[in-house]
Amino acid sequence: MKELSELVLPEDRKYTSQHEWVMRQGETVTVGITDFAQDQLGDIVFVELPEAGGAFEAGEEFSTLESVKAVSEVYMPISGEIVEVNERLVDSPELINQDPYSQGWIVTIAPKDPAQVESLMDKAAYLEMLKGEA
Amino acid sequence: MRYLPHTPEDISEMLQAVKAESLEDLFPTVPESVRRRQDLDLPEPLTEWELNTHMNELASQMSDARSIKSFLGAGSYDHYIPASVQYLLGRSELSTAYTPYQPEISQGTLQAMFEYQTLVSRLLGMEVSNASMYDGATALTEAMFMSLRIKRKKNVLAVSSLVHPHYREVLKSYLAPTSFELVEIEAGPDGRTDLSSLKGRDDLAAVAVQSPNFFGCLEDLKAVQAAAQDTGALFVTSFTEPLAYGLFKNPGSFGADIACGEGQSLGIAQSFGGPGLGIFCARKQAVRNMPGRLVGQTTDKEGRRGFVLTLSTREQHIRREKATSNICSNQGLCATTAAMYLASLGGSGLRELASLNRDKAEYLKSQLQAAGCSLPFGAPTFNEFVVRFPGGHAEAQEQLKDKGIIPGVDLGHYYPELEGHSLVCVTETKSKQDLDILAKEVSA
Repeated sequence: MKELSELVLPEDRKYTSQHEWVMRQGETVTVGITDFAQDQLGDIVFVELPEAGGAFEAGEEFSTLESVKAVSEVYMPISGEIVEVNERLVDSPELINQDPYSQGWIVTIAPKDPAQVESLMDKAAYLEMLKGEA
Repeated sequence: MRYLPHTPEDISEMLQAVKAESLEDLFPTVPESVRRRQDLDLPEPLTEWELNTHMNELASQMSDARSIKSFLGAGSYDHYIPASVQYLLGRSELSTAYTPYQPEISQGTLQAMFEYQTLVSRLLGMEVSNASMYDGATALTEAMFMSLRIKRKKNVLAVSSLVHPHYREVLKSYLAPTSFELVEIEAGPDGRTDLSSLKGRDDLAAVAVQSPNFFGCLEDLKAVQAAAQDTGALFVTSFTEPLAYGLFKNPGSFGADIACGEGQSLGIAQSFGGPGLGIFCARKQAVRNMPGRLVGQTTDKEGRRGFVLTLSTREQHIRREKATSNICSNQGLCATTAAMYLASLGGSGLRELASLNRDKAEYLKSQLQAAGCSLPFGAPTFNEFVVRFPGGHAEAQEQLKDKGIIPGVDLGHYYPELEGHSLVCVTETKSKQDLDILAKEVSA
């Protein structure tokens, strides 16, 4: 397991208490899981992806990650509709472990209310939360 | 693997470790009011001789398929069990009925399950089988819950009223505390499910039929598949008599999403109604939503073939309350029996046996018709069919009792509209003479 000081937490993302990251890119928002989450899960062997076009409320489960030792749900950081899913994860789920912030993205979302993104945690707040949990 | 009870020494060591004086000290939270302080009122112990006499007396009060001519089926079937199966089952290495908690040290047990899964998948034409559920009823119920998991946004289940009544009862019990809705699909005039009521529905997670159904009729699985597909529901096929698939096209070849049912027919003694074997097969793409244990084949670090429990992340010990099922055990001994039975018969033996069942049933049908009985349903059947004896069921049953013949199940008990009708089953254990006698006795 990584120490908190070893975690990679990019400044240009927002974070949730369920360990998802969010990044606005034009009209859509890209979602993945944090370095902390992938490190806790261990080697991810299977990703269950939602279908593009599905609509979810913030906090709803939309994907499932299975690692060699656990299964974890991924929750919607904000309300919206799934625009695109990362099909590469079907054959290469390990991308989430290797590169959680870039090649390991999970879905892009068309937000119902883009302002919801601003209510999420920034890097400092997320790190503070992790310190509280440790 | 051995299961040894604790010795007094073990118990006292364990008590010391937890700093307790006696076993009683472990239960202080159980209130006095619910404790039983006096001994149970049991008869005195018997010697082995006395016990044997007692058990023989009990047994002699009952009828079994060897001592009488029983035409009962309806979910439990009297088939000949080859001596090879009975011998192998008696071997102690195989009679451990439970999947061990440290499964990989029991390679033989796992291989037996793997063989079972392989044989059952082939029989049903499906891609994946689990290591079995409790019985046909729990297998169907699990199939319905699996459908709800896959079709997340749908919350209605459609089940044919020609699925075994007991299976539907079990399904209703499971559904009672949930918010999911169950709709029953009516029977049509030919003895098969009338699918017309499904048209236009878009809220169904699954459409489930049984084939051969409770009336013994083979459902039109092609039509059921199309109806399920039109409504966007999964297509679930249940069965009580898997032997039928030795002769008829199997659920997989009709595109079933889930095939599930009772495997008692495959070499397992009727034993007054249990234990049975829940067979459960699905498509590979849905494997992560499957219930139950699953044995997979792999290689060890030296490249040798080996067996493991696989995809365990679906199960309770890893996934806790999000597990796909709370049945994470299996019917180890019964599943092993089914594998032995299928291997003993082989593909051509199974086909021959299924033909024999079908042919004998067809012969009895023709004899009964000639004897003045009516056969209400026109759909094709396997080894079971609905008939009305000239005097009705109750009269025939009463009349044949003293002759040691049970003419079938009283169908009016389950379907009041079929009052007086009988569900008659014919397997290879009935001779031509048995069939002729039945037809003669019930004739008008």
